[in-house]
Amino acid sequence: MSYAMHDPVARAGVLEFRGDMSLATRNWLAMQDIVEGLRLWPLARSLGWLDIRLRYRGSILGPFWLTLSTAVLIGSLGVLYSALFHTDVHEYLPFLALSQVLWAFLNTLVNEGCTCFTQAENMILAVRMPLFLHALRTLVRNVLVLAHNIVVIVAVDIIFDIWPGWHALLAIPGLMVWTIDALAVCLLLGAFCARFRDIGPIVGSIMQIAFFLTPVIWQPHQLGAQAWMLPFNPFFALIEIVRAPLLGTIPPIPVWIAAVCYSFMLCAVSWVLFVRARGRVAFWI
Amino acid sequence: MPDEVRIDIADVSVSFPLYHGTNRSLKKTVMAAASGRLGQDRQQRVVVQALRDISFSLTRGDRLGLIGMNGAGKTTLLRTLAGIYEPVNGSMRIVGSLNALLDPNLGMNIELTGRENILLRGLYNGLSRPEMARLEQDVAEFAGLGDFMDLPVRTYSSGMVVRLGFAMATAIRPEILLMDEWFLVGDAEFRERAQGRLEDMVRGADILVLSTHDVSVVQSWCTRVLWLDQGRIREDGSPDDVLEHYLGHSVRKLQPEGIA
Repeated sequence: MSYAMHDPVARAGVLEFRGDMSLATRNWLAMQDIVEGLRLWPLARSLGWLDIRLRYRGSILGPFWLTLSTAVLIGSLGVLYSALFHTDVHEYLPFLALSQVLWAFLNTLVNEGCTCFTQAENMILAVRMPLFLHALRTLVRNVLVLAHNIVVIVAVDIIFDIWPGWHALLAIPGLMVWTIDALAVCLLLGAFCARFRDIGPIVGSIMQIAFFLTPVIWQPHQLGAQAWMLPFNPFFALIEIVRAPLLGTIPPIPVWIAAVCYSFMLCAVSWVLFVRARGRVAFWI
Repeated sequence: MPDEVRIDIADVSVSFPLYHGTNRSLKKTVMAAASGRLGQDRQQRVVVQALRDISFSLTRGDRLGLIGMNGAGKTTLLRTLAGIYEPVNGSMRIVGSLNALLDPNLGMNIELTGRENILLRGLYNGLSRPEMARLEQDVAEFAGLGDFMDLPVRTYSSGMVVRLGFAMATAIRPEILLMDEWFLVGDAEFRERAQGRLEDMVRGADILVLSTHDVSVVQSWCTRVLWLDQGRIREDGSPDDVLEHYLGHSVRKLQPEGIA
């Protein structure tokens, strides 16, 4: 039979495996996985977007329910805690809005990272797809949620007449670090949780504890003399490099160094595990 | 194209570690490590040998049929060839574009409309824009969904879902076609419609690997048959010979006209 010019044709390629692959080959295959995943970016974007759309299918507000529930949460917590902490609501509420939204992003991303491979079981067992695609999909989904919640931050800033100034642009390198970390977390936890099914709940409770230990609802300066301990908390460093610029201050250099160091460690661990686990994930799920 | 389309696999083994409810948990591994039993535990881990020492080569024009009982390793072999399971032993080299028809509902989301599902399928295969347009047209034509194209798949009758799934899966032309037996099911009317399209695709592919229980399909499509038994190759040869041993009686008299 003849093929018309635009008949869909499967992509050509060479698939080669050996049982006794060298470490270099494993590293190369892991790299290939990431490159292929990036090439499938339009698919990852669509899947992530559909996840959100389908989650709110049939509801009137759609994903803006997220915005609304975040607004209600921040409004009520803001008034409550500013009374409890004896702080001025004008100072506290903008801080809380930003912290809460950023933390919710980190928290959901880490928790969903745990299930990023197990949830895609059908796809993984039906067709060869880069695993990185599932990490990208999880990131896209959470960025979309974040985008809906940013509305709340903007609204609070307008109500309280706050303008962070040009310092806010310093949040951009911070967000870039977040993007890389998010993908690393998905690959790491996704593979780990596929193998060990009780990692998911453990991660959930660690994140719960981290929420209280990290200045999210309380402000770093409230710690007083003990504030020097904060940089030892990876979540503090990571949240601060994005939050501080958006609040109009420049994050101190040690915080930046800490954030980059933690990110580097995370990526290194994630890479080593991914190189080992990549070919095994299909057997685990 | 760097090389000629071909499949070479040598001494490939695939085994599944069995993680039972408790065996899978971190607790057990940590406990075992703490008590110094990890090494032993690893040795004693229950492993299912799904494929053992499989070797064969296929070149342009080969149509391989996989037969064997349920659990003989047919689907595992297809998944290995598709690159889903990476072999733990042996070597494997596959040159050519590949389409594996393993899951009828791959990526099909019943909440999305037929059209959106087709679009998604195009993205799965990394198609270009004109290819995507062709895909949509082709699938719409074959599946014959009419106005249902813009309604969620959940509103479709089961027959329509099968038609859509089949049309999408068979719209992408590969050099190497891997096919699981689900593709040959469906009611009589659908089979008739599907037959022509499938035969076109099989003819268009350079290499076919087909897993099935259906003897007549093997006879009419395959030029070579691999009989798998408990993950090993029990017999490898011409369809007539292998089927005769497999079934225990001669099949030559049933021979219909072949298409391959």
